[in-house]
Amino acid sequence: MLLFVGATLVPSVAFAEDAVTSGQFTANNVWMMLCAGLVFIMHLGFATLESGLTRAKNTTNILFKNTFIISIGILTYALLGFSLMYPGEFNGWLGWAGLGIGTDEAGLTVAYASGGYTYWTDFLFQAMFAATAATIVSGAVAERIKLSSFMIFATIFVALVYPIAGSWKWGGGWLDGLGFYDFAGSTLVHSLGGWGALAGALLLGPRLGKYVGKRMNPIPGSNLPMAAIGVFLLWLGWFGFNGGSVLSADPAATSFTLVTTCLAAAAGAVAAMAMSWMVAGKPDLSMSLNGILAGLVGITAGADTVTILAAVVIGLVAGVLVIGSVLFFDRIKIDDPVGAISVHLVCGIWGTLAVGLFSTNPEHTVFTQLMGVLAYGAFAFTAAMGIFGVLRVTMGIRVSEEEELEGLDLAEHGGHAYDFGGSKRGIEDEMGYAAGVTRPATSLAASES
Amino acid sequence: MKKVEAILKPFKLDDAMQALSQMGVKGMTVSEVKGFGRQKGHTELYRGAEYVVDFLPKVKIEVVCEDDLAEKVAVALTDSARTGRIGDGKIFVSPVDEAIRIRTGERGDAAVS
Repeated sequence: MLLFVGATLVPSVAFAEDAVTSGQFTANNVWMMLCAGLVFIMHLGFATLESGLTRAKNTTNILFKNTFIISIGILTYALLGFSLMYPGEFNGWLGWAGLGIGTDEAGLTVAYASGGYTYWTDFLFQAMFAATAATIVSGAVAERIKLSSFMIFATIFVALVYPIAGSWKWGGGWLDGLGFYDFAGSTLVHSLGGWGALAGALLLGPRLGKYVGKRMNPIPGSNLPMAAIGVFLLWLGWFGFNGGSVLSADPAATSFTLVTTCLAAAAGAVAAMAMSWMVAGKPDLSMSLNGILAGLVGITAGADTVTILAAVVIGLVAGVLVIGSVLFFDRIKIDDPVGAISVHLVCGIWGTLAVGLFSTNPEHTVFTQLMGVLAYGAFAFTAAMGIFGVLRVTMGIRVSEEEELEGLDLAEHGGHAYDFGGSKRGIEDEMGYAAGVTRPATSLAASES
Repeated sequence: MKKVEAILKPFKLDDAMQALSQMGVKGMTVSEVKGFGRQKGHTELYRGAEYVVDFLPKVKIEVVCEDDLAEKVAVALTDSARTGRIGDGKIFVSPVDEAIRIRTGERGDAAVS
């Protein structure tokens, strides 16, 4: 219990706006660039987690989707996203600062963002966040979505839906004015992606053979080591996701934020381990990994503003919630291969509301937090249903039954992720000669000539 | 010549291979296979839900040898691969018409000894 004695001593976040020296400016900027790099690593985490929890016949397709999302995400964020999300002075609902990115000298000095970072760092850090929302959707729709339709959805979601929604809070819009609080994106990033994931999973329907009559047939993932690597990379990336959301290298605030972040992740894991053990009779690895992510998503909204004890409680509740949620969505036959809806939507909502419950800042209330949750839910879910809905009636969003059974790797990409020695004829010829094997004149050779 | 095919528990492969080597068997082919017998498959758990695995992993050893040796091979495999529990596997012995050593063109018993 000694651990929790100091829990009430939340460091006061001191922004020394008037006293940022050039050395501090450099340190701040280096930290923020490092955080941008850490958030970038999360995309590798998502890619490995998703490919680990799905079947080997869809691996190329999943990695292709993830490769596309981060790439198109950065490009569209440069073209439209940054401008839509941070328009400066605007009406609070929709703003626009102009096409593309660019800055004058002032954007590269202490005058920009109180010396926390330069304009370019600002852009890069935010761009890394942007693609995350679409990546979350990727996991829930895996193994059955038509690639071309997903690429169109992801592009619109990351280029328009995410930054417009983001401007309402982080851009200084109407929800920010009402006192809604979301430190690093339990709602703005994770729930938003989660709503998209729910819309996609609903409109696509489950994978073939997942629910037959009243029976639920598990479809085991192909590679749990890959899934574990993914979750640990995501945890590492969260040091930047939350640590960078301090928006400077402020020693007290960054270090405190990393502690709450890690405690919630650990508590989420332990709670999920215990829950899965109790519910299923055996400890389940993939759901325990979901528990880590549940804790991380849960703490993200209030990582800088809740106590140590509250961080642990938020993580524990998230770990329990995620297991219940995974089982619930299976019960109502919404197929989510990686548990993205449970992790990002359900725990994102929980984390956002938890700010109202546990924040040390009395201005944060459950009511305003709930208002934010509902506003983002209405917007993101409607937008995602709209995009997927239009795609469904125009070009279709699901691969054919035959393609799904054969695997999306072969159907969409014409090849497999893992080559177990299929076509190496040329190489074997080379190696045969190199190893000094004399080839007898066979009847086969004779018949060929 | 006879072909002895044995379907075994995978962890018994080393014991079986050593038993055969000791009695003078010069070569064998091993493959990873899947199947079930009277015991059927078994259930596994994934994300809190049970599912049935119909085909269990097994190894298959194939040995082609002179007629006289076949019975001894079968006995050696039976002894070395038995655990006494369900799923120990089966052995099939069948006649082989011809064998050819590709490198030399030798045929019959000369090709398998």
